[in-house]
This record gives sequence, C-alpha cells and structure tokens, in this order.
Amino acid sequence: MAGFLQQVVEGLGAGAVYASLALALVLIYQFTGIVNFAQGELAMFSAYVAWQAMAAGLPFWAALALTLAVSFAGGMLIERIVIRLVEGAPELTLVIVTVGLFIFVNAAAGWIWTFLIKDFPNPFPRGALEVGGVSVGFSTLGVLGVVALVMGLLYLLFQHTKIGLGMRAVAANPDSARLVGIRVGRTLALGWGLAATVGAVSGVLVAPLLFLEPNMMGGVLIYAFAAATLGGFDSPAGAVAGGVIVGVAETLAGAYVPAVGSDLKIGVPLAIILGVLLVRPRGLFGRAVVERA
Amino acid sequence: MTQVEDAGVDARPERRRPRWTPTGRRRAAVAALLAAALYAPFQLVPFHVFQLTMVLVYAVALLGLNLLVGHAGQISLGHGAFFAVGAYTAAVLTHGPGLPYPLTLPAAAVVAFLLGLAFGVPAVRLRGLYLALVTLAMAIFLVPLLKRFEGVTGGSMGLTLPKPGPPAWSGLAEDQWLYFLALAVAVASFALVGSLLRSRVGRALHALRDDEGAAEVMGVRLPAYKTLAFAWSAMFAGVAGCVYTWVIGFVSPDSFTVNLSITLLAGLVVGGLGSTAGPVLGALFVMFVPSIAQDLNEAAPGVILGLLIIAVMYVAPTGLAGLAGRLIRKIPRKE
Amino acid sequence: MRVSAIGCAALLLVAVGACGGRESGGEAGTAASGQCQGQQTTGITDKSIKLGGIYPLSGPASAYGDIPKGIKAYFDYVNAEKGGIGGRTVEFIVRDDGYQPPKAVEEARRLVEQDQVFALFQTLGTPSTTATWDYTNQRKVPQVFVATGASKWGTDGAHPWTIGWQPNYVSEARVYAQYLKAEKPSAKIAVLYQNDDFGKDLLGGFKKAIEGTQLTIVAEQSYEVTDPSIDPQMRNLAGSKAEVFLDITTPKFGSQALAADVRNTGWNPLHIINNVAASITVLKPVGFDNVQGVVSSSYYKDPNDPTWATDAEMTLYKQKVKQYAPGADPNIPYLTFGWAVANSFHKAMDAAKCPTREGLRDSVRDLRNVPIDMLLPGVTLSTGQGDAFPIESMQLMTFKGQRWELFGQVIDTRKEFGPLTG
Repeated sequence: MAGFLQQVVEGLGAGAVYASLALALVLIYQFTGIVNFAQGELAMFSAYVAWQAMAAGLPFWAALALTLAVSFAGGMLIERIVIRLVEGAPELTLVIVTVGLFIFVNAAAGWIWTFLIKDFPNPFPRGALEVGGVSVGFSTLGVLGVVALVMGLLYLLFQHTKIGLGMRAVAANPDSARLVGIRVGRTLALGWGLAATVGAVSGVLVAPLLFLEPNMMGGVLIYAFAAATLGGFDSPAGAVAGGVIVGVAETLAGAYVPAVGSDLKIGVPLAIILGVLLVRPRGLFGRAVVERA
Repeated sequence: MTQVEDAGVDARPERRRPRWTPTGRRRAAVAALLAAALYAPFQLVPFHVFQLTMVLVYAVALLGLNLLVGHAGQISLGHGAFFAVGAYTAAVLTHGPGLPYPLTLPAAAVVAFLLGLAFGVPAVRLRGLYLALVTLAMAIFLVPLLKRFEGVTGGSMGLTLPKPGPPAWSGLAEDQWLYFLALAVAVASFALVGSLLRSRVGRALHALRDDEGAAEVMGVRLPAYKTLAFAWSAMFAGVAGCVYTWVIGFVSPDSFTVNLSITLLAGLVVGGLGSTAGPVLGALFVMFVPSIAQDLNEAAPGVILGLLIIAVMYVAPTGLAGLAGRLIRKIPRKE
Repeated sequence: MRVSAIGCAALLLVAVGACGGRESGGEAGTAASGQCQGQQTTGITDKSIKLGGIYPLSGPASAYGDIPKGIKAYFDYVNAEKGGIGGRTVEFIVRDDGYQPPKAVEEARRLVEQDQVFALFQTLGTPSTTATWDYTNQRKVPQVFVATGASKWGTDGAHPWTIGWQPNYVSEARVYAQYLKAEKPSAKIAVLYQNDDFGKDLLGGFKKAIEGTQLTIVAEQSYEVTDPSIDPQMRNLAGSKAEVFLDITTPKFGSQALAADVRNTGWNPLHIINNVAASITVLKPVGFDNVQGVVSSSYYKDPNDPTWATDAEMTLYKQKVKQYAPGADPNIPYLTFGWAVANSFHKAMDAAKCPTREGLRDSVRDLRNVPIDMLLPGVTLSTGQGDAFPIESMQLMTFKGQRWELFGQVIDTRKEFGPLTG
C-alpha cells in the first residue's frame, strides 16, 4: 500500500509540472482562441532569463520578479510583432506561426546559452515530508502550492476585475467587444503577456526539477495539452486538476500495467486526449459551447 | 531543355480567346513540368538527383496531407506517423519475407489506408484544435511503439535494406532509377488525386471544408467523407513512406519523430493549402530551406528556419502557391 | 495555380541549367601517380585537404553540435601554427542533419559529390552513420572516426571505409562488469537505460558480460529522450532495493537520475554512471556533496577536472580553443572530444603511406599505440588485422571532493575480454 501511495505522490509531482504549463496554455486559448505550441519554449526561455539574472548576482526572488516582468513584456511584444501580422488568418496559419516560434525560440536559447545543462536553484527546501511510510518532497508540495496560487489569482482576475471582464468579452466576440469600446488589440497583447508570465512561473518551477536546457519543456508540452483537454480548455481550475490526474494516471500506468511499462507511458496522454474528446469534449470543467452554424 | 521550351511555345499559338481556357494552359504547364522532370536526371549530378527524388517523396506525402487539410479542412499534426507506417511496412516486408520491392508499394498503401480508416472513425467527431492534438499525440506515441516490437521492426536499431537496383535494360544509374520510381509514383498519385477531386467526392470535401452545416443540409454524408478523407490522406503518406524506404534503404524509429509531422504540415501550409502546386512547392521548401538556413547561419540553423517559416506566413498567408498566383496574375494586365 | 506549375517548371530548369551537366560532377575524381598510382586523390592536393563532417546543429540532439567547434579549433590552430597537416591546410566543412538519417544521406552526398571532400571526418549518431555507410563504402570514400560507440563499426567486415573512434559501448559495459565482479561479486543490479541504440548496446553488452557470474539484474527501466523526467522510473527502481545502480543515460537524464538518487534517502546503491554522462557538467548541477562515491570510467581528460589544471596538453588546448574558437567554452567536454579526435586524424594522416583515400583507409586500420592529445595517460589508438576499434582502453574513476579520481590500471578491454566480434 505504501508503495502504491508513493507512486501516487510521484504522479502528483509530475502532475504539478504539467499543470503549471497547462495553465499558460489555457490562458492564451481563452483570450486569443489559439493554441500556442511555443508556450513551453517561452517558459524555458523565461527560466533562462532567471538563470542569467542570478548568474549576474541577483538573489532568487529579485531574479524571479525581474523574469516575470521581462516575460510579460516579451509576451506582449511577440503578440505585437509576430501574431498581429497574421491576425485574421485561418487557424492553421496561426498554428504554423507558433510552430515557427517554437523552432526559433528553442534554437535561440541553445545559441545564447548552449545546450549544456545549467544548475538552477530550487526555491523550496531539500528533503521530504514523511507520512506513514510515504515521503512527499517539499519541492513537490511547493510546486503544487504555487500552481494553486496562480490558479486562484487568475480566477480573481477573470471574474472580479474590469480587465478580466474585457478579456472575456474579447475572447467571446472580438467584433462586439470592439463596438462597445474595448481596445481589442491591447487586450490581446495583454493576454499574451499574461500567458507568458504564467509560463515563466512554470519554467522557474520546473527548471530545478528537470534541469535547465533548451529542450526542457519539449517533453512536457504534450502532457500539458492532455491536462488542458481533460480539464477543459477554458478552465484554469480544470487545467490544474487535469494536470494532476494526467500525472498520476501516467505514473501508475507505467508502474503497474506491464503492457504499458515505462517505454509506452507516453500513450497515456494520447489515450486521455482521445477518451475525453470522444466522451466529454468540453473536458471535466469546461463549459459546453453552443455553436452558431 | 529544348523540349521544355517547345512545350511553352506550342501553347502560345493557341492563345485565341475561346481556346484560352485554364485547362489548356494548365495542360501545357504540366507537360512542361513533366518534360523537365524527365530530362533532369540526365543532366544533374547524382546528389541533385537524390535531392529531387526526396522532393518527390515529400510531394506525395504533402499531396495526401493536402487532401485532408487543404480540401477537407481537417488538421493533422501526425501525418509523419502514416509516413512511418508506410516506410516500415515496406521495410518489414522486404526484410522478413523478402518481398520484391514493387509489391511493397500496394502493401504500404493498403496498411496505411486501413490505419487511416481506423483513425478516421474517432477523428470524425473531433474538430480543429482537438484533432490536431490527437494526431500530435499519435505521432509522438508511434516512436516508442516501433521500439517495443523489436522482433518485427528491428527496435531502436532500425532495419537496413537493399535499395532497388536498376534493371540492366534501362542503362540507368541507381540514383536515376530511384528517381524515376519516385517520379512514376508521384505522377500516378497526382493523377489519382486530380480525378478524385474532380469527382463528386471532391465537391463533397470542398463543401465540407467551406461549411459543414450547409454541406450536411445538402446531403453530404459527413462522417463517411471525413473518414474517407483521412484514409486516403493516410494512404498517400504511406505510399510516400514506402518510396522513402526504397530511396534511403534504412528505417529507424528516430527518423520519424514528431518533427517530421510538424515539418510536413509546415511545408504544406507554406506551399499553399488546397492548391495543386502547393504540395510541390511545400516539398521544395521542406527539402531545401533547412539547407539554406544553415548556409545563412552556421551556428544555429534553427533560428533562421523558425524565422523563415514565420516570414513566409506573413508574406504569403495563402502559401507560396498563392503568392506565385498573385504575382503572375498581374502579368496579363500589362500585356 | 496553373501559373505556379509553370513556375515550378522554370525553377526546375534553372536548377538543371545551373549545374553544368551530370558528367562534370559526381563520378569525377583524380588519381595519384608514382608509388600510389591509381589511388584516389579527390579533395587532397599538396597544399590542402578538404574534410566534411555531419552533426546535429539543430533539433533535440544539438548539444553534440559543440564537437565540430573543437575540431575546427584544432584544425585552425594546426593550419596557423603548424603549417597544416603535412604541409596541407585543412578545410573542414560542417553540415547539419538535425539527427535525421535522410538528411544525413543528403548531406553526405552533398559533401562527397558537390564539395568533393577527401573524406567524411565524423558522422554523428548511430542512425545517421548507418544510413550513410553503404553510400560511402560504395563510393570508396573514407568515413573515419565516426562519433558513435556502436560496436558494429568495428565488427562489420563489409564496410572497410568506415571506422569508429571512441570506446564502443559494449567494451565500456565490460569494464563495469569486471569491476563489479571484483568488488561486489553477488550484487543485485538495477538498470536505467535510454531506449535507443546507445542504451540497448550498452545494456546488451553488460548482460553478456555478467553471464555466468553471481551478478544479477533485478530491475530494468527505460526512458525515451522525449520524456520530461525519469523520476517515475527511478521510483520503480528504488523498489527493487538493488545494491548497484547502473545508470545508462545521456547528460540531462544523467543529472536527473543522480538527483533522484539523492532525493531517495531510503535507497543508497553504488551508483555507476556511464561515460557519456560522466562529465563534471552533469554532476555539478546535482551538487558535488551529493555525488560522492559515484563510479564511472573515462578515456579522455575532462577540462573541468582540476587534476589536469597544470597539464601541458590541457593548457595548450584551453589556450588555443580560446584563441581559435572565440565564444566557445573550452570547459564543454564535447570540444575536448573534438580536439582529441581531430588530433587523431592528424596522426593518422601523418602515418598514411600515401596521401590518398586508400592511404587514409589503410592508415586508420593500422595504428600502433599512437598517443593522442587529451586522452588519459596510457590510453592510445590501436588498430590492426581483425581489430577495427581505435580506442578500447578505459580507466575507472570515482568521484571525490570536486573531481573524478582515477583508480586502478587503465583497462585494455582487448586484453581482458578478448577481441569483440559480431
């Protein structure tokens, strides 16, 4: 039993990582209606910014604040420079642009910082909490805590601020939003900036666990997609719950289902995506969308 | 070279209004293209012949993808998987039972078709983004799956195979023979897709892409056509994969990572969705742009490649085919 | 659209026209006269020698893209200060294959047919090398010192123009097996391995080497290079309570495995990490305090290891890399690897009886204890009849303080285990 619980805890740790990136994915989907394939790479780039700041002598928290600010500005800048140019293009064009962005950011990070892994300080204490023969690492708890915090802040922003209201209006119907005087362009840029900031939190949280190098987030992306699909692409709480479920399911399947084993674990997100979409396409927490034909 | 110019000249005297149909001019263009394609391997060094062979391979794969994405309006981020299935079908059948290579082509086509059909059934219920995610996950999953069944697929070491040699009567070198094999497959595939699109199937697919609701009202059986579009599309990817195995003579799981799928989709969008020339232009892009990127920047070719993809999308949102069309449409006005 | 078809035709024609005909390139080559009569001298003159290498400069394996930087630094240094190799200035062309076999084939053809290189000096990775070696051997182009440790480069008899360089993974596995037989003869072993040619080769070699001994593998876990983390695998291995942990990983996953081993206080096996992931740059992020006593093996000098701080070869290497590869960090072990392999090429070329492709082919298969810069003392290049593995000696080391401490003798796996055959 302790062994099983330990596996669950292991899954929670992995799930927290997926959830953190899924939050950023959900955010940008909600505001701009596009899926940003470069989200993971932007998070990785943010983590490098933090690393660079610390290498220059800043303490961790100062470096974090700086990184969040830089990421926010960077996200807005990308929206202005890259995304706006193809505004109104078909969905597929946007997908390809974010794929181009993915390749670019990944290569740029390797060019600037090389592909050697960097040591990244863990903001949480070493060691683990021992409960009934099961050890829960402090860093796992820490990541889960921060993810929950970010989720809460996003909820407040969406539901209880004017900016959030404007963003929701733009996401729901850009044309109508523009007619009622919302500056759609600025709101979209804000959405990108915000998503990049949430991504930066993810990158900084993940870097000490996965070790910082340019391909750090590549493997996380598909799990984050599965998490967002499971939770519903329009629900931050769903993204977090989805991430945790995906993490636990993947770990348990790898450990206890011999046909899956550690090599075919990657099939778990595939099965989850497919299953959810066929059974309940809006995800666990998503709103059903009624389409006007 | 003269043959090609002749074809161009032949087209000119026919420029009286009534005969000046798109079909006539198009036929001339296709004839010119074919003539050039037949002439090229006798003129080019083997290295360039090889490059053109790979362009043809990618063109066939993109042709299939175009059917799905360009004509039926469904996104697939996992077409590399069907390409891999075709490649592996050919490799396994050659390696194990020792099937002669011409027979591996229909085998690869059938296997990929059936697999596409199987995937098409659930895919029918998915749209846009979600279909993209499912196909992406499928492409990622295929790599460890190929490694798992080591006895059949050779595991992570892959399989090395003999390349089809030219028959003695042809007097061709190996690279030329492979080129003509690829050319024959490509021409047949393009002809097949052409006639498919001109039939009611093509009209149904276009109706489906432009407005699903309306198409359904008009009596297009959505699920059947979506599933079939998926299956045909997979079949052409599989055929391309089979020719790939002939040309490269080596398959390994890591040759078919998710990057291949993404490259294919990027190539198609850059080439031009829904157009006939799109797959060809996309294949040229897939083949040559990475080389150009590394010529421009040795230190990090990815930086240039990423920028180029974004730049093309900005300059030509309808792809290179659309761009070329826009440019050349201006010419008659000047005349 | 119809028009773009014409555009395609035009494009194709331009391509056809630009390349002056099939006969001018491709098959053309030059031959030597005198005692080396009839041998190929394509890409080599009295004043110059042209080489081509294929590496992943883009994509997920781009970390290896630092190897050619080390090679270039060496050749630039030799060109500028030593008058080149035997008076010949070396030109080294690097092409990117993104770790994709079809791309590697294309680039190999480009280098051989268009750039007319003398030899392919390194292709990186087992898949890319496997995809190209039929071609290079058909064309009789040397493909020397390929950067992969698969054992088939040495055991295969049908490809005389291709040869490896680094110790093959099977030999490395034998070194660990021998160490365990002496130290922990009845140990239970847990293995983590990368699920690709490299991991399978090393694990397979290890299994063969422990056949008939008391050593047993009690748990095996694999990971994919696309996995974000190997923590779940490590958890499963910990459950086995094995006394020895064999860690067959590449750098990032090596760091993750070491860190996971540290975190798991309930399981403290003897941690053996393979050479690929044994660099100080892998251990440092985990914290030196946490990796004390880890065992590995090596054959070349780690630039981060203070043991070599005053070593003459190391000083020269660091100085020249700074001078000729500004911007590159000489502490990256891949550059060291590149430097050493370039030096090996230099020595092989010097030893060649004829400055021809045949001369190089024969020379790399007839190396007699040739000392190489930056290899560990006692490790040399040796090949001969029936032995196509240039480096087969390694030395065990254990991590103490802030450095690897070599221990025991340099183990010549040829002598210890007999020659490796297919």
